[in-house]
Amino acid sequence: MLGALRDLIVAAAVTTLLWLGLRFLRDPEALAGLGPTAGKLAQAAVALVLGVGGIWALYMVANSLVEHLPARMVIVLRPWVFVLPAIAIVTLYLIYPAIGTFMQSITDVPEGQGALANYTNAFADEDVRLAIRNNLIWLTVAPAISVAIGLAFAAMVDRIKHEALAKSFVFLPLAISMVGASVIWRFVYAWRPPAQPQTGILNAVVVAFGGEPIAWLQEIPANTLALIMIMVWLQVGFAMVVLSAAIKGVPHELTEAARIDGASELQTFFRILVPSIRGSIITVFTTIAIGVLKVFDIVFVMTGGKFDTNVVAVRMFDEMFRFRNFGQATTMAVILFVAVVPIMVVNVRNLRRQGIGS
Amino acid sequence: MTATDVTLGAQSQATAADVLRSPRATKEGRWLVRLSVFAIVVAWTLPTLGLLVSSFRPGSEIALSGWWAAIAQPFRSQWTLDNYARVLTEDGMFGAFVNSLIVTIPSTVIPITIAAFAAFAFAWTRFRGRGVLFAVIVGLLVVPLQMSLVPLLRVYQATGLTGSFIGIWLAHTGFGLPLAIYLLFNYISQLPRDIFESAYVDGATPFTAFTRLVLPLSFPALASFAIFQFLWVWNDLLVSLVYLGTSSDVAVLTVKLASLVGTRGEAWHLLTAAGFVSMIIPLVVFLALQRFFVRGLLAGSVKG
Repeated sequence: MLGALRDLIVAAAVTTLLWLGLRFLRDPEALAGLGPTAGKLAQAAVALVLGVGGIWALYMVANSLVEHLPARMVIVLRPWVFVLPAIAIVTLYLIYPAIGTFMQSITDVPEGQGALANYTNAFADEDVRLAIRNNLIWLTVAPAISVAIGLAFAAMVDRIKHEALAKSFVFLPLAISMVGASVIWRFVYAWRPPAQPQTGILNAVVVAFGGEPIAWLQEIPANTLALIMIMVWLQVGFAMVVLSAAIKGVPHELTEAARIDGASELQTFFRILVPSIRGSIITVFTTIAIGVLKVFDIVFVMTGGKFDTNVVAVRMFDEMFRFRNFGQATTMAVILFVAVVPIMVVNVRNLRRQGIGS
Repeated sequence: MTATDVTLGAQSQATAADVLRSPRATKEGRWLVRLSVFAIVVAWTLPTLGLLVSSFRPGSEIALSGWWAAIAQPFRSQWTLDNYARVLTEDGMFGAFVNSLIVTIPSTVIPITIAAFAAFAFAWTRFRGRGVLFAVIVGLLVVPLQMSLVPLLRVYQATGLTGSFIGIWLAHTGFGLPLAIYLLFNYISQLPRDIFESAYVDGATPFTAFTRLVLPLSFPALASFAIFQFLWVWNDLLVSLVYLGTSSDVAVLTVKLASLVGTRGEAWHLLTAAGFVSMIIPLVVFLALQRFFVRGLLAGSVKG
């Protein structure tokens, strides 16, 4: 009994401390006395203790409280201490909003219009159609080029010395954010009037070959391709790693047999190697395709959707924060959802077939 | 989890790789391969190199000559650290850097903790609705996070969670949970049954079995997901933009950098330095933990 009381007091104390800590974090004046740098670092320390320690404290407290119940109840309740937080968060952050988004897209319609008005309006809107068209261009170009370069590189790098080193260079962009990549590539695409020296490397090359500098981000339709190249640059490393691992898994006998039968290098590659790693190719293709459908950062940072480069995710953001039209914003989300689901299904099924995460 | 066995670099014994390296490959063919590999490596490295080099050049120099000219004549060019000093202080990148740490570390630890507890319960305890609940959570992998944005924003505005760290921690937790539970379940459910039985015989409770056995044994899976989630959160723009916002006391690096592109669009000496500040942590993580990084990347390739 005494133990139960003690644990209850501990539980109350932990919850109160967490609550006070979170209030403290929200108070801009709290650490003002320390000066800007020290204040910021002190805030970070408090936040980390709260965020990292808090979650563990909560589980321990909940578990210790359950242990005091009668033995039969403990057996029933204990698993729920472990799963309930996950279920609560998933319900609040994914299930409830997804249903809410769908409902809002058919109820939050302009005065006097039917339930599907947001959808008919969206497809009638010139800009939305342009955004959907651009997403389709991204979808056809980005995964295909990424897979092609990644596959070619994976197959070639297999045959040279310093394989790991060469791979690292191609792989490195994967650590970089899309915002960071956008800054990098804005500099690559930089344009200056023909009379001045070109500081963007791409236009420097163009001028060196006697051309006129091109405003890559404004020329339609080259600008959409210029944006897609950023995605390709980021994703080739991913394609290369997955496909390289797959190529190394192809049995020696298979390719050797083809060679003995007189197949050329290219024939062996296309007729034996590629079909053998089909599953991995599908994984890479669908994964990049999903990322491409939801692409936001690159377009948002590079052009803001101007010069005919808009995509659905950026349009959705604009509907939310520029036009304050939340009915249209939710409609954009549902359009994205409908586009992503079939690709995701192919992806997950394919992963299961390969035994990854089954 | 075959995907987790993959590492960078050669590891094959007798595979297709050896055959391709066979003496039958012609001399010209081998040079062509080397040249193509080299060309791709150069093309993939130059953009980042341009950023790095330019971040150390004065703004006036950047306007006069390309960065490649500067490294061609390193001693005749001017180099400076002023760009970094300026973006870290005046442009608020130091504050944003700390904010990114405040956001990212709990946003990694919280979902892993919650997911590990849940995965353990799904794998090794019995309760009603276990199968259905697990199927629902894994099924949520297909839902893009855009589906959550609008209703969640309304909840956040009503409860005052917008612009708060706890708000963004929980948002990233919610968006990361299905994948985390899925991956950790795959690993934890494969642990041998005997270890639990003998632990329970020795008087362990499920809680101690979890902390003393499951967590240490699942280290590879935890580390892989941790790195994937860390990079995902650190590099995220959309979630931070929507729920945390652009005000300086909370804005993270990606948000700050995106707004610098708007305000300092042609000040390349500042943009490049700010860009590099935003990349340094992911690059260090990448270089230090490449092996786990690859695993996490492969494992995380299905994030919705």
